[in-house]
Amino acid sequence: MTEEEKLNHFNSLIERDEKIEPKDWMPEAYRKTVLRQMTQHAHSEVIGMQPEGNWVLRAPTLRAKKILLAKIQDEGGHGLYLYSAAETLGMDRSEMIEQLHEGKAKYSHIFNYPTLNWADIGAIGWLVDGAAIVNQVSLQRTSYGPYARAMVRICKEESFHQRQGYEIMATMMNGTTAQKDMAQDAMNRWWWPSLMMFGPSDKDSWHTQESMHWKIKRASNDDLRQKFIDKTVDQAYVIGLTVPDKDLKFNETTKHWEIGDINWDEFWNVVKGNGLCNHKRISHHIQYHNEGKWVRQAVMSYSEKMNAIQTAASI
Amino acid sequence: MTTKIELYNFVLRLADDNLILAQRLAEWCSCGPILEEDLAMTNISLDLLGQAEDFYEYASELNGEKSEDELAFLRSEREYYNHLLVEQPNGDFACTMLRQMLYSTYAKFLYEALLNSRDEKLVALATKGLKEVKYHFRHSSEWIIRFGKGTKESNERTKNALVELWRFTSDLFEMNETDKVLITSGISFSLRDIYPLWKAEISNVLEEAGLEIPNSENNIIGGINGIHTEYLGHLLSEMQFLQRAYPGAKW
Amino acid sequence: MENNNDQLPLWEVFIQKGGSPFKHEGSIHASDKNMALQNARDIYTRRGEGRLIWVVPSDSIAATTVEEEAEFFDPADDKIYRHPTFYKMPEGAKNI
Repeated sequence: MTEEEKLNHFNSLIERDEKIEPKDWMPEAYRKTVLRQMTQHAHSEVIGMQPEGNWVLRAPTLRAKKILLAKIQDEGGHGLYLYSAAETLGMDRSEMIEQLHEGKAKYSHIFNYPTLNWADIGAIGWLVDGAAIVNQVSLQRTSYGPYARAMVRICKEESFHQRQGYEIMATMMNGTTAQKDMAQDAMNRWWWPSLMMFGPSDKDSWHTQESMHWKIKRASNDDLRQKFIDKTVDQAYVIGLTVPDKDLKFNETTKHWEIGDINWDEFWNVVKGNGLCNHKRISHHIQYHNEGKWVRQAVMSYSEKMNAIQTAASI
Repeated sequence: MTTKIELYNFVLRLADDNLILAQRLAEWCSCGPILEEDLAMTNISLDLLGQAEDFYEYASELNGEKSEDELAFLRSEREYYNHLLVEQPNGDFACTMLRQMLYSTYAKFLYEALLNSRDEKLVALATKGLKEVKYHFRHSSEWIIRFGKGTKESNERTKNALVELWRFTSDLFEMNETDKVLITSGISFSLRDIYPLWKAEISNVLEEAGLEIPNSENNIIGGINGIHTEYLGHLLSEMQFLQRAYPGAKW
Repeated sequence: MENNNDQLPLWEVFIQKGGSPFKHEGSIHASDKNMALQNARDIYTRRGEGRLIWVVPSDSIAATTVEEEAEFFDPADDKIYRHPTFYKMPEGAKNI
């Protein structure tokens, strides 16, 4: 096949909504974009274990501890599914981790915010996972096969995450004054960053157009954000939380909630490394990756020795 | 003859061991040597938490006043009956896996023996727990063998861990008034019966790993009488923070 | 990062549930068979999805290539007589 024929074949697969598989020919830019998005997504899941891990030892009941532990474990599992999907494009996990440590690979900016009280665990489940789910549901139809299949599995497993978060918020809003204050405080701190998770507005996002064309992304940042806002504002009212946006209003014509301006300076400031936890998240990951080195060396050495014994025995 | 208070103390002992070890393992969250093992340790922690919950539920039933959460979150060091081994700090990964192997082997023989208890509820809980601790034993003992025969460094780390933890193993087989009463009534059994089984199993694993049981004269005991190392207090103050800071709040 | 090559080998995971065929679920890293089986269990069967697990070192899998696609699979396209709908049944015939 000529290069042109290959490209035409690729384009026709995309057009017919068929999946691109690891060994298919693909434009280099497509490969790079998918790989960047999958590794970024994988790192986000793994780094996301830290802010929640910050409360797992302090969970207030046996039930809460069990749920939170299982949820953090899921995040790790999801990171793993995504690393596994990314590896189909020929980059191994150690290289992805190296990129993370060197700052060449990003993760979601949201995990650079600190978890300061128990209600933050509720807010992460309800708002952060809630936002992530809106995005991930749409990604189940992404054009790269292994990515789409990982998303299907992740969406199935994540369905409890948002509910457990909302349950924490609802319980605290039903509790003592101190608990209500914690819940509202968490709402105030997590609402806007959650909206930022969808990324800059479509008109400012240079990745969006290309990604939409190749069906890597299946919906625009603004559309996904609106979907999240519409369902979440109502959920806040149900349990008596105030949305920290004085400009928030319901548009009777469009039937959508309209929000005030998002402070994108804050977003870029956190992305650039000035969030309260950027440094901590990465240095934590580097520290434990390095501390695990002797373990990885030991098991490889053991496996080589065992293989040698086996080979010797079979001669 | 009434054995209710002894049974309650005995069940609490089982619950406390599971909870404290689960809490220790949860400290590994996001700190594992490979991501896969992070998930594996969480699975073990979740199994132990589940067992702790079951035992607290039974204790709560026997006690009639305190809920599971009150038992877990509102008792202090002196009221905790877990063994000293499970409250020891994680150390490195070799130390955590060794502690796990020592404890899971113990739990395996303990639950197997409890299958013959005259207390039906204990039999049911031991039956459920047994499947889980057998898997924990498999997982942790394989790691110890890999480390023993892996690199010089992994071998040395495991040896150090053995020296560090061995001094707390005779505590696992200590008995007090509680045991005396429960043995007489056929609810529990003498821990001396399972000690040789435990030691033989541990010796097998260590032998396969090319390691030896330390020649230690030190036997530190106290857990079942509420006498602990200083580590437990810190673990509890972190774990119990919210319940202590906001009395009466529902979570 | 002085040592790039410090990850454990890659294994493909296949899981069987109910009476269905083994299904490829994804991959994991492990240094030996036992670890691979346990990691597969901890990662891919957390919600009771499994009855049996296979793990295979990824580099032991032989796969067809895209270049071979036409040769391998197109010849099956025109063998429509292998499908039951190819055959005309007399009107009124049932349960066939």
